[in-house]
Amino acid sequence: MKRFTWAAPTFYIIFLMLPIYWLLNMSFKTTNEILGSFTLWPNEFTLENYIAIFTDPTWYNGYFNSLTYVGINTVISVTVALPAAYAFSRFRFLGDKHLFFWLLTNRMAPAAVFALPFFQFYSAVNLFDTHIAVALAHCLFNIPLAVWILEGFMSGIPKELDETAYVDGYSFPHFFVKIFIPTILAGIGVAAFFCFMFSWVELLLAKTLTSVAAKPIAAVMTRTASTSGYELGLLAAAGSLTIIPGAFVIYFVRNYIAKGFALGRV
Amino acid sequence: MSLEFKNIVKRVDSETHIYATDLKIEDGGFNILLGTTLSGKTTLLHLMAGLDKPTSGELWFNGKNVTGVPAQKRNVSMVHQQFINYPNFTVFENIASPLRISRMPSPEINSRVQKVSELLKLTPLLQRNPSELSGGQQQRTALARALVKDADLVLLDEPLANLDFKLREELRDELPRIFGDRHCTVVYATSEPSEALLLGGHTATLHEGRVTQFGETSKIYRHPKDLQSAKVFSDPPINSAKIEKQGGTFTLNEAISWPVLEKHNTMRDGTYTVGIRPHHISTLAGSENMTSIKGKVVTTEFSGSESTVHFGVGDQTWVSQSRGIHPIEIGATTDFYLDISRCLYFDTNNELVSL
Repeated sequence: MKRFTWAAPTFYIIFLMLPIYWLLNMSFKTTNEILGSFTLWPNEFTLENYIAIFTDPTWYNGYFNSLTYVGINTVISVTVALPAAYAFSRFRFLGDKHLFFWLLTNRMAPAAVFALPFFQFYSAVNLFDTHIAVALAHCLFNIPLAVWILEGFMSGIPKELDETAYVDGYSFPHFFVKIFIPTILAGIGVAAFFCFMFSWVELLLAKTLTSVAAKPIAAVMTRTASTSGYELGLLAAAGSLTIIPGAFVIYFVRNYIAKGFALGRV
Repeated sequence: MSLEFKNIVKRVDSETHIYATDLKIEDGGFNILLGTTLSGKTTLLHLMAGLDKPTSGELWFNGKNVTGVPAQKRNVSMVHQQFINYPNFTVFENIASPLRISRMPSPEINSRVQKVSELLKLTPLLQRNPSELSGGQQQRTALARALVKDADLVLLDEPLANLDFKLREELRDELPRIFGDRHCTVVYATSEPSEALLLGGHTATLHEGRVTQFGETSKIYRHPKDLQSAKVFSDPPINSAKIEKQGGTFTLNEAISWPVLEKHNTMRDGTYTVGIRPHHISTLAGSENMTSIKGKVVTTEFSGSESTVHFGVGDQTWVSQSRGIHPIEIGATTDFYLDISRCLYFDTNNELVSL
C-alpha cells in the first residue's frame, strides 16, 4: 500500500499539467501537423509561431495594451484602496459595516451587466478605445477586492502601532508612508497580485471598451481564429505567452499569498 | 510642574468610560494606576497622551491647558502591553525614531541611543530587527524608545503583563534604576496589586471608570478610603461581610463573633462591613488578637511557599492565605484564625471608619 502513495499526486499533477503541456506542444508545431496527425510532441519543431507574434505589431501590441491597462488598474486600485482599507480597519463610522459589505456586492454582478452602461458612458466622454477606460472599468471589481484584502492585513496590525508613532511625533501621513505601508507590504503585494490577475483575465469589458488602439491580447486571439482560417499554432503560441505574466507575478508574491491565506482574508 | 485632570469625563457613544475625574499628579514621581480590565486605565493614559480627547473637562500639564493638544505636540512617550516596535526598522532606528522626527543632529542621536541602550542592555542587539528579538528584548526596545527623547511624561500601559514570569520580575526590578536619575513623571498602569506595592510611589485605584482613591501606595494599601478601593487593592480579593457591633462584640453570625479591640471602642453600635485581607486569615494558630472561626474547605491551592484555602463562611466563600504548605482535605470543616487587629471596618456608605 505504502509503495503507491506517490501515485495519486503524480496522476493529479499530470492531469493538471496536461492542458498546459498541450498548449506548449501545439505552439511548437506547424498548423498542418496539428490538424494532420496526433503527435505527443512536435515532429517538425518550429519557432515560426513565436517569431510571427514578435514581428507582427497587431500581435505584440495586444500584449502591450493589456499590460498597460492592467498596470494602470493595479496602481489605481491599490492606491485608492489603501486609505479606504485603513478607514475601515481603524475607525467606526455611521454605516461602516454596510458600506464594507456593499463594496463586495460590486463583485457579485456579472461583468456583462456593466458592459452596456460603460460602453455608452466612455463613448460619450471620448474615452472609448483608450487604456485608461479599461483600467477604470476594471476598478469596479478590483477596488472592492483590494479594500477587502488590505483591510484584513491592516486589522492584523495592532492600533497601538499607530498610537506609538503619534506619541513619538509622527504626523499621520508620515507614519502612513514610512511605517504603516512597509509593515503591510505583504498585504499590498497580495492585493496587487489579485488586481493584476482579475484585470489580466477579464475579457468582456476590455473587448467592449476597445476597438484598435487599446485592443487587449485576448481579443486579438479571438479575432485571428475567425478571420485567417485555422492558425492554431499561432494561437497556441499567443496563449503560451499570455500565461507568462501571470506566472511571473505569482512567483514574486507566492510567500505573501501564503501569509494572506493564513490571515484568512484571501 | 504637574499633570492635572480637572473634572474630566470621557464618553464613547452613550457609554461612559471615565466619570468626572479630578486628579493631580505631582511632577517627577512614579505613579500607578491600579484597576482591573475595563476599569479605565488605558482610557486615562490615552487622555494623558493626547491620543484621545475628553468629552468634557480640562487637562493641565505643567501649568498649561493641553486639553486639545494632539500627541505629536506633547512631550510624552508611551509603552504598551503588546510589544510594539516598528517592524521595518532595526532596533537602533526604532530607538532613534523619535529623535529623527525632531531633526536632532546625527552625532547626538548616536550618543543618546548608545546611552539608553546600555541602560537597557540592548547594545549587542542594535543592528537586529525587532522580529528577531525575544519578548523581553522587544519590550526593552520599546522602553528605550520611550526613554530616549527625555519626555516629561512617560506612560506605561501594563508593560510587563505580556512577559513571562522570570522576565517580568527582572525588568520590574530594573524599573526603579531605569527611572531613578531621570526627571520625568511616570504613570504606570497595572492590574496587579502586588506590582503596585513593589513599585511604590503613588497609586490611584480605579473602579469602573472612577478614581476611588489616590495617594501614597503604602498608605492606600493600609488605609483604603472605602470598600471599593480595598477590593481593587487586594489579590486574592478581600473578604468582606456584614457585621453587627453591639457593645464589646462584633457579631458576623450566630457562630462567629469577636471582641471589639480598644482602638475600635469609639465606633458606634450598628451595622458595618468588615474587610479582611486573605493573608490575615491563617490556618495556623498564632499570636494574640487572633480569633478562630470554623469554615468548610471548598478548594485549596498551593504555591511554592503559600497555601491558599477557599472556605465557606455562612453563605459566602472566603479566602485564607498562610505561609507554608498545609494540606487540608476538601470538604472538611476546620479552624481558621483571623487577625482581628487587621480588620478594616466600613460604614453603611462603604467608607472606612477612621481610626
